[in-house]
Amino acid sequence: MSNIAISLLDIEDDASQCLVAEDYQTRVGKWCAGCGDFGALNAIKRLLAKEQLQPEKMAFVSGIGCSSRFPHYVNAYGFHGIHGRALTIATGLKLTRPELDVFVVMGDGDCTSIGAGHWIHATRYNPNLTVLLLDNNIYGLTKNQTSPTTPQGYASNTTPRGSFLPALNPLQATLGVSNASFVAQTADWVPAHLYATLQAAYEHPGFSFVRILQRCPKFTSDVFAEQIKDPDLTELLVHENGVDAPGLDKLFKARREHDPKDIDAARALAQRTDKLRLGMFFRNDSFPVYDEIRAVPPVTVEDKIARLNKEFDRYAV
Amino acid sequence: MNRTANSGATITAVPEHTVEIITNSGEGAQKCAQIFGQTCAKMGNGVWTVEIIPAEIEPPAHTVTSTSGNIIRFGTNKITNWGDQSKLAIAFNEQVCLSRHRLDSFEDGCIILHESMWETHEDENIRAAYAEAMQEMSGKNYRFIPVPIEEETLKIVDNAQHGKNMFALGLLTEIYQRDLALIEKQIAHIFKHKSAKVTEVNIELVKHGIAWARENLGFQFDIASVPAEESRVVMNGNQAAALGAIAAGMEFCAMYPITPATSVSHELAAIFENYGGMVHQAEDEIAAAGVALGASYGGKVALTVTSGPGLALKTEFLALAIMTEIPLVVLDVQRGGPSTGLPTKVEQSDLLAALYAQPGDAPKVVIAPRSIEECFHSMVTARRIAETFRCVVLVLTDANLASGVQQFTRPEFDARWQQNPIDFSPLTDGLRPYDWDTETGLSRRVIPGTPGGQHTVTGLAHDEESRVSYDPESNERGCKMRSRKLAVFQSTLMPPPVYGDEEGDLLVVGWGSTQGAIEEAVDRARNEGKKVSTCQLTFLSPLEPGLKEIFSHFKKVMTVEINYSDTVGDPYITEETRRYGQLAWLLRAHTLVNIDCWTSCPGQPLRPNDIYNSLVAKLETGASK
Repeated sequence: MSNIAISLLDIEDDASQCLVAEDYQTRVGKWCAGCGDFGALNAIKRLLAKEQLQPEKMAFVSGIGCSSRFPHYVNAYGFHGIHGRALTIATGLKLTRPELDVFVVMGDGDCTSIGAGHWIHATRYNPNLTVLLLDNNIYGLTKNQTSPTTPQGYASNTTPRGSFLPALNPLQATLGVSNASFVAQTADWVPAHLYATLQAAYEHPGFSFVRILQRCPKFTSDVFAEQIKDPDLTELLVHENGVDAPGLDKLFKARREHDPKDIDAARALAQRTDKLRLGMFFRNDSFPVYDEIRAVPPVTVEDKIARLNKEFDRYAV
Repeated sequence: MNRTANSGATITAVPEHTVEIITNSGEGAQKCAQIFGQTCAKMGNGVWTVEIIPAEIEPPAHTVTSTSGNIIRFGTNKITNWGDQSKLAIAFNEQVCLSRHRLDSFEDGCIILHESMWETHEDENIRAAYAEAMQEMSGKNYRFIPVPIEEETLKIVDNAQHGKNMFALGLLTEIYQRDLALIEKQIAHIFKHKSAKVTEVNIELVKHGIAWARENLGFQFDIASVPAEESRVVMNGNQAAALGAIAAGMEFCAMYPITPATSVSHELAAIFENYGGMVHQAEDEIAAAGVALGASYGGKVALTVTSGPGLALKTEFLALAIMTEIPLVVLDVQRGGPSTGLPTKVEQSDLLAALYAQPGDAPKVVIAPRSIEECFHSMVTARRIAETFRCVVLVLTDANLASGVQQFTRPEFDARWQQNPIDFSPLTDGLRPYDWDTETGLSRRVIPGTPGGQHTVTGLAHDEESRVSYDPESNERGCKMRSRKLAVFQSTLMPPPVYGDEEGDLLVVGWGSTQGAIEEAVDRARNEGKKVSTCQLTFLSPLEPGLKEIFSHFKKVMTVEINYSDTVGDPYITEETRRYGQLAWLLRAHTLVNIDCWTSCPGQPLRPNDIYNSLVAKLETGASK
């Protein structure tokens, strides 16, 4: 409490230093009207303002796809890289600049298809990154191709008679990786839950993986139509260590107590397809965090040269 | 000149010798050779050693594919390459010996000390295989000397497998009159993590080998040594590159295991943290490049090390580094290709891929160290270029440099190599992330943490503000600025020195690790009065300046390379269809000079004698340029 009081005082002392959500946006997102990416951007802006993060002390790393345009719209350092590889860049950045807040934004094709190897391994490395999977179940930028998370039977340009296979379940996959430390699911049409989930993800020390269910207004506008129409088809995972937000209890009547420390229960819930589940599936902040366990104290130039000379004595003839 | 030793042995003085220790994989040949080579270097001899490595960890023993070992060439003067054929070999069985015979590794008259037990082995098949192998080798005039290696080793230890190598070291110690005190010191160093008893037993084995040789061989060689005036070190190229990276102030290496590059990361992993650095073993080659790029983006100049197949996988990331102008150093330890090719063996086939593998125009700097010493210094150069020019620097070594061992002048470390050039001062209004100087293409590197510098770097075409810009003008400007930097860098280079006269009948042009062998071949031709010179390139992109001028003073120019080129006269191959060696291709395009090539890709370093023959042939028959 005292920390909060102090920070409030600081703000009052110099109100001009206080950044509001709009200060974190550089320009209007060039996404289609109704795109779920806007919801994620709004939630992030709110989070950054709440945390009063300094724009130069954070970086947003993305891959390729509609969602990967994200960094361009945030007042922060950004790295709009190559398809599927955002996690590798973010890991390298975090290892060498642990003081920066590093966010990663990926789409479903980006993360779960071309970048699947990095996703699995970054989960295990567990670097302190806040990871957003903007999952609209389709390749949008390249115009309507089936992605691993496209529902079975869904027609696209590459599977015009319907997608052949059951969709890949990113929660299940992530929860199956050893050292996975934070797995949550939220949705673009529940902004309060989305914001609360990102808040929890930001606070988690480790690889916080948030799957954000969303719609592509062009190609998958109806994938979650039933759930949006009938809130009873969605079950909210609740717990004192979970995610909650004001008003959610009125919106969703189906609520399940789930302790996010219970990995077995988390895996079982992630696997079930009877309902859409939003909430904190798993969280354990005692797992090894890669950038912490690999932290190397700096060495002065003088010491380096002295040590090199000693090293070269081993090779001297 | 012969003299007689106290033992009665004849001592023959020679300027140099090449020795092979060949065994089954796992019989300790490397340790024996390492100690012997180090001792020669410490005594003041020039030394070059080459590993003979099977691709598998434990191939079936006592076969022609199981050969593991070392070649040590040492002499009175500086040794710059592995030379021609071997003059003496110690073979633990006749099959490994046969494999070397088939590669034409032994000179006529080569002394071969070989294990005697196989001839009379109780297993009929082994006896038959032995007889067959000896029959195959009988065409050459080798001097076979049977030695009861195992029997003698068992007099000291219970398991000959862990001991024969030290007995063999004893034989070499006596034959070449090596300083036993130095050998003992080396043994103690190698086994410093084991009990004192281990060191003791190994020394006993060496002494037993010495005694056996003294009693039975009756010959010795004297290779005079000239102790060096300056302080020197001895190491292989991968060790030199790893230590060079540290001396260069690099603090981050991301890699994925691949032969023959991996040992660079072993060297680094062992000590990097004492220098504020770390090795990250990534999940794959692509991730290694990505993590390195992320580290560089954060303000380091990161290193990633790889070999051919890995370089192919990193292609897209290198293009991203080039496009975003984030400095990155890539070390490619070349092996035989294409595809998985020859994992443990040398080739110079990655040159054009190093320059041109990226789709799109992706200019980068490519450096090829010419010696083990340059493997060290190239890393310092690479970091500085990468940082100054905000570019990718690809360092091309090869399996020959990676595992070859040579001594060189001990470097003096310079604190400026370690400098961190990042400027965190706030960006004043109007200074942009790609604030290209239109003359040079150079711009200030802005990294996360710099107040007021927030921007998003992108692999997409962009403008000075790093905003995605698809307009023609922005794209042309970006291409121009990235390319201009190379021209500016080239303007800082000197023309390469010519070894030999600056004019003549033939100029031999090489690149990278072949320098020693080419110069030795050229020396030989020049001693015979032939007007041949050579010039060894280090910078392949951009090329060193003044090449056309240098070439103009020679009637003929040819490259010598360890890669593939067509031979005119082969089926379908004409002057028109012929594919050239990679450097020849590059130089022809660059200078419009009719440059010929002689290339070979046998999976081993070039031999001076083969190069000599090729240049004599070119002098006699090749067309002028």
